[in-house]
Formats: sequence, C-alpha cells, structure tokens
Amino acid sequence: MTQPTYTDFYTIIPFLILIASACLLLVAELFIPKGRKGVVAFLSALGIAAALGFALTQIGASGVGFSGMTKLDGFSAYANILLLISGLLSIALAYGYIKRIGAERGEYYILLLFSLAGMMLMAQAGDLIVVFIALELLSIPLYVLSAISRKAKAEEAGIKYFLLGAFASGFIVYGTALVFGATGTTNLSAIVAKAADGANLGLLAIGAALILVGLGYKFAAVPFHMWTPDVYEGAPTSVTAFMAAGAKIAGLVALFRVFVTAFQPLAADMTNVFWALSAVTMIVGNLIAVTQTNVKRMLAYSAIAHAGYILMAFVPYGNPQVAATAIAAGLFHLAAYVIANFGSWGVVIALEKAEGKGLEIADYAGLSKKHPALALAMTVFMISLFGFPPTVGMVGKFYLFRSALEGGFPGLAVIGVIMSLVSAFYYLRIVVNMYMKDGDPEAEREPWLNFTIGLTAIATVVLGLIPQYLFLLAYNATLR
Amino acid sequence: MEFLLQPLTLVTFFPLLGVFVIAFINAEKKDAIRWTALITALATLLISFWAFAQFDKTNPNLQLEAKYAWIRVADWNIYYYLAVDGLSILLVLLTTLLSAISILSAWSAVQERVKEFMIFFLLLEVGMTGVFLAQDLFLFYIFWEFTLVPMYFIIGIWGGPRRIYSALKFFLYTMAGSILMLLAIIYLGVQAQNTFNVPELLARLPQLYASGQISPTAQMLLFVAFALSFAIKVPMWPLHSWLPDAHVEAPTAGSVILAGVLLKMGTYGFLRFNIPLFPNATIQAAPWMALLATIGILYGAAVSYAQADIKKLVAYSSVSHLGFVMLGLFALNAEGVSGAILQMVNHGLSTGALFLLIGMVYEQTHTRQFSDYGGLWKAMPIFAVMMLIAVFSSMGLPGLNGFVGEFTILLGAFGSKAIASPWYAGFSTLGVILAAVYLLYLFQKMFLGPDGKVITEHKLKDLNWREIVTMIPLVVFIFWIGLYPKPFFDILAPAVEKLLSALPL
Repeated sequence: MTQPTYTDFYTIIPFLILIASACLLLVAELFIPKGRKGVVAFLSALGIAAALGFALTQIGASGVGFSGMTKLDGFSAYANILLLISGLLSIALAYGYIKRIGAERGEYYILLLFSLAGMMLMAQAGDLIVVFIALELLSIPLYVLSAISRKAKAEEAGIKYFLLGAFASGFIVYGTALVFGATGTTNLSAIVAKAADGANLGLLAIGAALILVGLGYKFAAVPFHMWTPDVYEGAPTSVTAFMAAGAKIAGLVALFRVFVTAFQPLAADMTNVFWALSAVTMIVGNLIAVTQTNVKRMLAYSAIAHAGYILMAFVPYGNPQVAATAIAAGLFHLAAYVIANFGSWGVVIALEKAEGKGLEIADYAGLSKKHPALALAMTVFMISLFGFPPTVGMVGKFYLFRSALEGGFPGLAVIGVIMSLVSAFYYLRIVVNMYMKDGDPEAEREPWLNFTIGLTAIATVVLGLIPQYLFLLAYNATLR
Repeated sequence: MEFLLQPLTLVTFFPLLGVFVIAFINAEKKDAIRWTALITALATLLISFWAFAQFDKTNPNLQLEAKYAWIRVADWNIYYYLAVDGLSILLVLLTTLLSAISILSAWSAVQERVKEFMIFFLLLEVGMTGVFLAQDLFLFYIFWEFTLVPMYFIIGIWGGPRRIYSALKFFLYTMAGSILMLLAIIYLGVQAQNTFNVPELLARLPQLYASGQISPTAQMLLFVAFALSFAIKVPMWPLHSWLPDAHVEAPTAGSVILAGVLLKMGTYGFLRFNIPLFPNATIQAAPWMALLATIGILYGAAVSYAQADIKKLVAYSSVSHLGFVMLGLFALNAEGVSGAILQMVNHGLSTGALFLLIGMVYEQTHTRQFSDYGGLWKAMPIFAVMMLIAVFSSMGLPGLNGFVGEFTILLGAFGSKAIASPWYAGFSTLGVILAAVYLLYLFQKMFLGPDGKVITEHKLKDLNWREIVTMIPLVVFIFWIGLYPKPFFDILAPAVEKLLSALPL
C-alpha cells in the first residue's frame, strides 16, 4: 500500500468538500441560536456550490484513486453534477418548508450533506467495498431525515425505510462476499479479468444478482419497491424530493458502473433479468399509480415507474454497439426525471397544509384560477413526466426507446410506450383538476420555493428545445 | 437572425409573439387580449401569403427550406428542417386562414378566461403549422404531439357539460396512436444510418428495402405503426369514436379548428409519410385502405342521419367526408391524390363554415337539438343563406367546391390500378347521395316547417357584421374552388406527379 498522493484525493475532491463542510457545520451549528438555523441552509448550499464548481472543472478529466478504490471519469462527473444540483434544489425546497412544519433544525442540512456525499461516492466507486460504504453513508442520514419531523407518520416512514434499507444492505454485503469468493477480489476492474480467467461464474452470477437486489431497493424497482409509497408519503415532502432524486440517481449509477465494469461477462444472462425487472417495474408502477388519490403516493409510484423506464435503456448494456447509447440514454433521462421531480415536489410543498392536508389530487381543483403560474409549472412537469413535447422528458423517452430498439428489444419498447400512455392518464388527472374543476386551493408562496419551481419549469422546457449540451454531457459520460 | 426571417420559420412561430404579448396583458382587459390575438393571427395569415408569393408552383420539390442542425451528438443527427411543397402549401394557408377566422368567431362566444383561451389557440396554431412544414421526423413528432396539449385544454376548459371526459378521451385516444409511430420513427432513423430527415430517408430507403435490411414484413409493420397514428386522427372507421365526443363538447372555435385543420393532419400524414416512405406496403395496403374508407363513407353518412344533435350530425359527416379523402389518396393516381388534397381544403372550408354557423345560432339559443328548431328561414334570413351555401358545399352541389373534390376523387378511384376494383368507388358514390339526404334533412329541420321552440322562446337576431365578416372568406373560397379550380390543381400537380412517380406501380 502506497501513501495516498494528491492525484488520489483529486479524484474525489467534490466529495471531500462536502464531507469537510458537513463536519465543520456540525460544530458551527452549535453556536447558531435556535430560530436562525436558516443560516445553516445557506452555509450548506455554499459548500455544495463549491463542490459543484469543482465538479464542473472535472468534466473531461479521468483518473483512478486509492489503488482503484475510486474512479473519476465522464460518468462520475455527470453523476456528481446532477447530484450536486439535486442537493441545491433540495435545500431550496426545504428552506421554508421545514420551518413551516416546525422541523427546522440545523442537522437537517448537515445530514443532507452527508447523504449527498455518500451518493457521490456511489457514482465514483471502483470497488464493491466502496459501493457498500457509500451506500451506508447515503442511507443512514436519509433514515434520520425521513423521521425528522417527529410526526407519527414520519417516524413510521423512518423506521420502515431503515428496516428495509438494512435488509437491502445485507444483500449487498452477502453479494459482495460471494463475488469475492468467486474471483478473489472486490475491485470492479479486477473482477472482469478474473472472470475471464477461470472464476466460478455460477457463484459470480449469484453474487451479482444479490447486489442487484440490494441496489434495486435503493432505486425502487419492482418487486423491491414496497417501502417506497409509504416512505415517500410519510417523510417530510422536502426529504421525499431529495430521496426520490438522489437515492434513485445513486442506486442507478452504481448499478450502471458495477454491471458494465465488473459483470460484463454475465451480460448475456443479466440482460434477461433486466428485461423482466424493467417490464415489471414499468407495468406495476404505472398501473398502481392510476389508482392513487394522494399526490405524494401517486408521485411515488411514478418514481418507481421511472426506474423501469431507465432500466429499459440499460437492458442491452452487454451489446458493445449499443452500450454507449444504453448508458447515455439512462443518464439523460435521469436528468430529465430529476428536474421534473423537484419541480413537481415543489408544487406539492406549495400546496401542502399542516397535518398532511392538501395532498389529495382533489385539493388541486381550481389551482389555475388562483395561482396560474403554479398550475402552469405543474402542467409542464406532468407533461415532461409522461414524455410529451416540448419538454426534456420527451427527448429523454425518445432516447430510452432508441436504446431498447437498437439493442433489439422491440417488445420491451412497446411495453414502455403503452405504459407511457397509462401514465398520461394519471398525470393528466392533476391537470384536469387544476384547470377544469372549480376549487379554492391555498398555496404557500415562499421565495425559494417559487424560485425552485420556476427554475425547474424553465429548465424542463429549455432543455426540451435545446437538448444538445445535455446530450453531449451524457454521451461523453459513458463508461468506455 | 437570418434564421428568424425565413418565411416558414416566421409563419410557424409568429403566433408565439402574440402569446408573449398576451401573457403580459391583464386578464381583465378582454378586448385588448382579443385584438392582440386577432392581429397576431391576421399577421400570420399575411406572412403565409408572403411565403406563398415566393412559392414556385412549377417546382415539384421542397421549397423555402429552413434547415439547421439541431441535435448533433455522435449517433444523433436531428435537424430543424421546415420546407413546403405543393402537397402542403394549401394546407398551411388553410391553417392560417381558419385560425384567424376561429379567433374572430370566439369574440363573444368565449367570455371566461379569455386570456388563456387565446394563448392556447395561438399555441395550437404554432403546432398545426409546424406539422405541415416539418421535414424531419423528430421535429414532426414534436409538433404532432404538441398540438394535442392546447386542444386538450380548449375542449376541457371551454367545452360543454361532458368536456372533461371528452378532452381526456381525445388526448389518450390520439396519443395511443402516436406512441407506436414514435417507435417506428426511431426504428426507421436507426436503420437509415441515424437520419430522421425525410428527403435523406427517401434517398436511403430504396437501398435498405432492396438489400433486405428492412424486410417487407418490417416495412408493413412500419406502415401500420404510422397509419394507426394518422388513421386515428383522420379519423378512419373504426377508430373514429373520439371524434363525435370531442366535437360536441368543444367550443365553436375548437370544433372549427378540429374539423378544419387537425383532422387534415391525419390525411396529410398519409400523404407525406406513409405513401413515399413505405411504397411497397402502401400498394399492398391500398385496397384495404379503400375498403375502410368506403365503410367510413357509408357508415358516417348513415349515422349522421340518425343524430338528434346538430353538431353531432356534422361531426359524423366528417367521418364520411374524410373517407372520400382517404379513398382518393389510396387510389394512388393523379386524379385521386389531387382530388384528395383539394377535398382536404374543401372539407376545412365547408365543415368549418357549418360549425361556425351552428356556433353562431347556439350562442343565442343554447340548444342544438333538432326538435327545438324549425322555421328559422324567416327569422334569420342572412344566416339561412349562409347555411344553405355551406350545406350545398358540403353535399357536393356542382358549382361549389365540394363537387370538384368528390368528383375528382371518384374519378380517380374508378380508374385506380392500386385499388383495382370499381366497386369501392361505386359504393362511395352512394355516400354522395346519402350526404344530400342528411344535409337537406338538417336544413329542412332547422329552417323550414313550423316555428320551433327557439323562435317562440328567444328573440333571435340575424348575423351581425362581425359574424358576416367571419363567413365571407369561406364563402369566397367555396365559390372560387367550385367555379374555377384550375389554379388550385395547378399548385398540386407537379408535387403529386413527383410523389406518384416514385411508386412502383
């Protein structure tokens, strides 16, 4: 083991910035009087912004750190940028909201920083051990955050998330052990070499499958999704927004990296598994979403369905001609999903009343008359989520279907488009309520909340019309 | 900036300027909003005339091209590509004309949420014009799907009692058709070395078909995927069930645009994409399409006659009339196709006029049941004359536009090699007679006979100046095309000839 050098640390500088700011704030927070905890939000955002600045300079850079434990490449740069932007948006959403629900505590933002750091480490992991550490780092603060409002429902969500999350971690550890048993290493690149060199492929496949299950919990693929609606509904909405974006990005990018780098030799078998997983996730997520009357639960099922769409692009990852498209499509749509996700959760926050009121779809009736801008923004998000022009969601869907078709899976693509149609039905129900029914909804107008909703709405449309640069970023992010 | 000044970019996106201005007008200033919308629509109409002035009628190719690389990353090659040829120029003019007329017709009919109405309407115009001009499949798909959004709101917010159901049905039904087209577009683009650009596709596809990279079965499947999307929009029997609902519930301006332009997007899709992109499948499918078209003609006519609601009668008559258009298109000869394109315009004019007139009287009476009407001739003479012209135009009376279109289509269908049977045309001729039956029934019920409830209960006013001005352009074209259709056929002829010469018939 050699002494770590600057190059080692360089690979994970944005991560280090986040950890450092979180640790500093942990101490500083003690000296900030109660009632002025908003300062912590500002300082946390500053930390994230610094990390984001650095992550942006790392576009195009590549490197390996700590003897292959961490990786820096276009893929990690893309994921980091997306995650850090998610972090900023999460803070903007939380700022007024947690004050309103009486859960304003400095720890909120600090936990968010730690969790965000874990998510970034997931994207940069070059070793299964790092994947596990990162997973715990991202999960444990999220368990606490889910319960931070100390409402009964939030506590139930926290404990549920914790128990199932711990269960999922077990899968990953066990899978890692089996992979180590089969190949004698946990390093992603070394696993490939060993697999080609007479490793026990059966054992390796079982290990890979267990890791898939563990990650599947994190990004909420069916049948590992049972916790999602309850936790999304019970957790404070700002935490839900963060979880729905961050945890999903982290789980999916880890999946991409681990399966593309380490389990390439299993691609032929894994493709079938992913096919089934994707199809089931799309079908179950969308069909159950149709029956929901609570907006938070509906969006939870929509988040599940989106994991299915993104997996659809990933199905042909083993085919070298399509691999680049498969990952780029997934990453592109992740960005599309994340933007619309923050926007729509933002609108939910704006309409949420104390005691969990204002969360039924019927509570949105008449919104377009009272708050036309809010209704318009929500319409944009809904349209983007079911993949209609002129939004970035449509371009993303186009890319996903392209990957599935190029990879030779027209059946899956047909399931995908039919499920998009189903999803249009439930997303439009919100639009119907906002524009075509009468009601008298009250909405909070907090400056940061408005800012987030406005920014994401504009981004949804602008990136839909000018997707060129995001395309370029996603395309260069592939694991080659 | 050169980019913005191209006539086709300008005609497509000019309404956005109006949207932008209206967005900043206080919602209470309804007249200011109406005037802004009207002026925008009229300016767009003028721009489309300007584009038409630069259009070379003798040239069969795409013209006035606006072409820029839009998304260019590795395996993506998508253009912002607008162009026009003889197949589409008349439809563009129809769109800009009917948009202006519809806005005028909504002047007093729409009193609530005027601001949003006009914004949606202008957005709809952008989408429709784009559909007729886009020459890149990706761009086309964006415009195609985008038109659904504003129309959905127009039906859902300003529609009748069952508006929410109808709007949702309209949206989901049409979307169901186009999602498979999306897959077909992607498949086609990927097979043709990453191009979605229609002229390039047309250059590359013959080789792909010849080498078997796209098998005849695949070609047929692609044809079906595109056709499903367009057939729902047309709508062809048996995919028409969304149409009566949407029409009956939509506000007048919505109905006019729906019948006048949106339905043409379906027939235009067949013309622009299905026929040239999948030539062998087109020829194989022609008799089947003719069969469906014929059933649609007769079914639509028969069901029209059975309606108790005036608007529903006109809605079903659209199913019948667009059956003629489809029959003409799949006759795949010069008469059939030219007749079909002209009939698209004709249907836009005559059905547009019918919906406008029904809307005008509905504003006063708030009923559309035949049983409430009767004897309007004396109460509203100008209205009656206008209605008579529209009815005659719609039923194809010689001397008016409908006759020219239907006659040419039937001529084409009788002699068609692709359909290869005169029976379809023969049965379709019955449709012309049935049209006379239900349309005269409509006229008789409304205008003749004893005074209906609407006359005894309301003090009916005849058309006012605004309403007459709304009708005049339609009436002018109804007579012009009917009496002297040559200039219109001259615009179509070169492009139609080019389209058909590429078919292996």
